Amino acid sequence: MQMFRPVAVGALALTLATPIAAHDFKRGAISIAHPWSRQTAPGQANGGGFMTVSNTGKQPDRLIGGSSPASAKVEIHTMSMTGGVMRMRPLPNGLPVPAGGKLELKPGSHHIMLIGLKKPLKLGTLVPLTLRFERAGAVTVQLKVEAITYGTGAGHDH
Amino acid sequence: MTIETPQGETPKASPLRRARLWLWGLVAIAAAVTAVLWFQQRSTAPTTAEKNYASAFGGGFDMIDQNGKTVTDQTLRGKPYAIFFGFTRCPDVCPTTLSRMAALRKQLGPDGDKFNIVFVSVDPQYDKPKDIGSYVTLFNTPIIGLTGTDTQIARIVKAFKVYYAKVPVEGGDYTVDHTASVFLMDKDGQFVATIDHKESQKVALDKLRRLI
Repeated sequence: MQMFRPVAVGALALTLATPIAAHDFKRGAISIAHPWSRQTAPGQANGGGFMTVSNTGKQPDRLIGGSSPASAKVEIHTMSMTGGVMRMRPLPNGLPVPAGGKLELKPGSHHIMLIGLKKPLKLGTLVPLTLRFERAGAVTVQLKVEAITYGTGAGHDH
Repeated sequence: MTIETPQGETPKASPLRRARLWLWGLVAIAAAVTAVLWFQQRSTAPTTAEKNYASAFGGGFDMIDQNGKTVTDQTLRGKPYAIFFGFTRCPDVCPTTLSRMAALRKQLGPDGDKFNIVFVSVDPQYDKPKDIGSYVTLFNTPIIGLTGTDTQIARIVKAFKVYYAKVPVEGGDYTVDHTASVFLMDKDGQFVATIDHKESQKVALDKLRRLI
């Protein structure tokens, strides 16, 4: 199921301005570029999941949920910052992936939450995650566990 | 200015009325003087805590660090510090901010150890000293991780005027809304500036340079 898509990876690398290990997943019209997570400390109950979901089809789709052997639950969350206050909320109805469009799951925005981690997410490992789409069905990806400082724009990315 | 008076009355106020006006004036002056004296007495005789923390953010607190040791506003004196509030289960803004502080410290080079980075948990129910310890270790830079009882947290949160709220989510769990600014305090524990998550790395670096 894993396919190498240099164009998508190149575009993503440009937008993040960081070199990215090419790892991509596809099912039907849905493709998922560089799904990743941050390493967690022992005792840290939750982990995040970040990726770009593209829909090359002519029909809109919707990310409605997921599951992972690494955690008790998988949720789709949104994050907002108003008046200097961070607020995070689950989105029980998921998020749309427009036809011919993209859904970005990234730090400071919408993201996947692995709730109730069974063990810490270790740097450099891969964590299986199955995402459920309304139209495309289940898509299993491997979250690459990056350093906790990854993707923060703090100049630590590798 | 002219005062219109009904016909038949003398335009001049009666002596009685003038005396009454004078008396009211005296009452007003006495009240003003009393108020000024009261405020002066308050501001010239502040408590020690007020004297030390005249600024908007900061104040007295005592917390427990990742090694179980007590850390207070007094023990932190002598070195400037950057203090941030969050919780270990926060997947996004907390690691992002702490990573940023770690990166800024690196950018400062040899001056990087001239300030402390302090992380305060606003989720004491979940974050015990051990949890904070293993969490802050991930950032590969010394970070003082603080937690405490609900009362201790309430005190430090009040001192820094930080907003936090436990919000229940489905399944009996909860998340914590919280202020995400970094407060920069000088070596005397006086508030200097904040670093906002939207500010550029350059602006943040300049602020830190001024702090240390």
